[in-house]
Amino acid sequence: MHLALALNDAGWHPAAWREPTARAGELFSARYWVDQVREAQSGRLDFVTIEDSFRLQSTRADGPDDRTDQVRGRLDAVLIAARVAPVTQHIGIVPAATTTLTEPFRVSTQIATLDYVSRGRAGWHVQTSTRHSDGAYVGPRTIPSSEAMFDEAAGHVEVVRRLWDSWEDGAEIRDASTGRFIDRDRVHYIDFEGPYFDVKGPSITPRPPQGQPIVTTVAGTNAADRFAARSADIVFLTPRDEVGLAQRTGEIDDALADAGRDSTLSRVFADVVVFLDDDAAAAASRQARLDALDGGVYRPDTLLFTGTPAQLSEQLMAWTELGCSGFRLRPGAVPHDLYAITRSLVAELRDRGAVPREYRSSTLRGGLGLARPANRYAAI
Amino acid sequence: MSRPLKQIRLAAHFPGVNNTTVWSDPDSGSHIDFDSFVSLAQTAEGAKFDFFFLAEGLRMREHAGRLQDLDVAGRPDSFTVLAALAAVTERIGLAATITTTYHEPHEVARQLASLDHLSGGRAAWNLVTSSDAFTGANFRRGAYLKYAQRYERGGQFVEAANQLWGSWAADEVLADVDAGEFLRHGTPGAFAFRGSQVDISGEFTVPHSPQGRPVMIQAGDSTEGREFAAQYADGIFTRHGTLEAGQAFYADVKGRLARYGRSPEEMLILPGTTFVLGDTDADARERAHHVRRQQVTGAHAILFLEQLWNRDLSAYDPDGPLPDIDPDISSEARAQGSAAARSLNREAVATARQWRERAQAGRLSIRELVIEMTNRQTFTGSPATVAEALNAHVQANACDGFILVPHITPGGLDRFADEVVPLLQERGVFRTEYTGTTLREHLGLDRAPTGAVAAALQ
Repeated sequence: MHLALALNDAGWHPAAWREPTARAGELFSARYWVDQVREAQSGRLDFVTIEDSFRLQSTRADGPDDRTDQVRGRLDAVLIAARVAPVTQHIGIVPAATTTLTEPFRVSTQIATLDYVSRGRAGWHVQTSTRHSDGAYVGPRTIPSSEAMFDEAAGHVEVVRRLWDSWEDGAEIRDASTGRFIDRDRVHYIDFEGPYFDVKGPSITPRPPQGQPIVTTVAGTNAADRFAARSADIVFLTPRDEVGLAQRTGEIDDALADAGRDSTLSRVFADVVVFLDDDAAAAASRQARLDALDGGVYRPDTLLFTGTPAQLSEQLMAWTELGCSGFRLRPGAVPHDLYAITRSLVAELRDRGAVPREYRSSTLRGGLGLARPANRYAAI
Repeated sequence: MSRPLKQIRLAAHFPGVNNTTVWSDPDSGSHIDFDSFVSLAQTAEGAKFDFFFLAEGLRMREHAGRLQDLDVAGRPDSFTVLAALAAVTERIGLAATITTTYHEPHEVARQLASLDHLSGGRAAWNLVTSSDAFTGANFRRGAYLKYAQRYERGGQFVEAANQLWGSWAADEVLADVDAGEFLRHGTPGAFAFRGSQVDISGEFTVPHSPQGRPVMIQAGDSTEGREFAAQYADGIFTRHGTLEAGQAFYADVKGRLARYGRSPEEMLILPGTTFVLGDTDADARERAHHVRRQQVTGAHAILFLEQLWNRDLSAYDPDGPLPDIDPDISSEARAQGSAAARSLNREAVATARQWRERAQAGRLSIRELVIEMTNRQTFTGSPATVAEALNAHVQANACDGFILVPHITPGGLDRFADEVVPLLQERGVFRTEYTGTTLREHLGLDRAPTGAVAAALQ
């Protein structure tokens, strides 16, 4: 079983920052993020994702609210990841970045560079920007319809991936006898042409250590499923319950087959929001207290688990039977639920032989059992 | 002299993607691996430098329609490297070169403000403007900006970024658990900038950063560039000339500041500077000649000549005489993506004739001529000689400091840090310890430029 941790603000509950142990005043400091990722690493989790959005957090679907009682504001996730990378050693680091509002060339070189500074532990959590007004962040630009937006996202990921491959391994030859630094026959234009943008290439950044850093995304709608199946290495599912989980793993398998993807080369995770205490009643009352503070019941868009780490470990073991190979755990509140994951849940799962005790690979790909891929441009 | 001595500002430029950087030397390491960046940044921080500097190039350079394969090529993304360096350094400033032409102002402002938070107030950007369609081929916009409009966009880009950085009050985040108030007011970060080149609106997510505004340096010596720097920049990254040329440039640029309600010390003149050190001045000159031969190989010399001649000269012997044919001025330039190539544009035929005469008079081969005609090291000598020359330039108001460009990665600054910096410290013109924590504090730039024309002059 693979385990990932989804980091977001002070946790996923909107009142999580009001927990006594929360470090709400440090959310915009490097130390806060370093401590969380190190904690996740001490629990031997495979990777963390770091949420991001150009928009300010809001309870409203299309625009800011005026609430002052919830966390507002965030730093750029790619740079948080880069700041954390040199002071961690094993854990994968997967920041979110949108395809809708960014340059594929820029995302490609930034994630490749994250792979260099982390020595092969980088990924990219692909998001799209769906709000009508998001286009104003990059100047007047119309946000495409859902179908078209995922089509654009697929083109974006394709460009990013081609750029990662545009330098073959070993293209830097430093041949003093001929005076050549690179072998230009091993550095390739990507010549991408699509309805939304054209990109010439090659990348300015040589092929990153993993060859292809790990691409993740959340599936959901039909269009999102098709995009995830076509473009991602790890697909996060957000079912509401166990029946939904069984159904969704089936649907994403079909989407993978339709996309012609080799199912051994991708991983399907389920997202679970967790509130954990050694006593199940304590977890429930903590969640209820946060709801009361926030003035409403928190209803996540995915599986919700409230109980003990031992109960959760049994639950996760059972859910793996439904066709997912791992879980992305979203701690309700940090650090409380993070510690419960890294210190208690992981111990339970180890006792059951479900997760290894040590990191077995120096790269994120390796940890997920995914080989370093061949370069699409290398002569066969 | 009764005037107090000026303090010298020093920055370390990671060796660039061009032939100043020597890759064939046994001491030359990777230009991509993070360890090289850590090594140079930590050397610079150990020597109490003001900041560490990364250049930018968004398309692989070409020559005659093919990738240029003679020079160091490839580089990681600057913001990502600097955020990672923030983890392994404590005080040194972290500067990224960013073109305003192919990046989006919201995203650049967001990453700079994030870097400023993640580094505890050490972020800086070196603003460049460009208009080449060649680079545009890697971006959504493609070729879209006329040369004349690049500073128009640059100015709007800076003004938009300043608005974003000012969109959160410094005391907006309360995080008051007892009161249940995370924010002081609702909905911070609202921005709307309407311009001909930049037209954006939304809410900025990054709270007020430690420096408020990251330090901004402007690169470019043109009249437009000087005026732009006087209006918006904390510093100007210039080409280095002679002492007299530096003094004229310095007086010109500093003289433009009053119009924007700024005093001369509110903007720093920082020329890019190369150096070669030796045990004695004669030893340094010998080393400098060796470095020049490493920088200009026979293949380089032919390539350099092809840029001017705009012809295939591969059949010529670099150790032989110059071509007796004239440059081809009828077709498109062979070199793309290189600043040096662009500067060789006009009057190619006349220039070529001058070079030919020079070569004949000095009995120089192609390679020898190119070595003589292209960039030499700015300062060559023993540590004492170089320290004296650097200080003389600063005290004589030819500049306020230097952005040093070593030619070897990553060890090219070691000897400077070990042997020149202590001499500057002995003279009392360079810090022995950091006294502040932010880059603005290091540079003595408490007040960021507003961009506004002074009220009295409006």
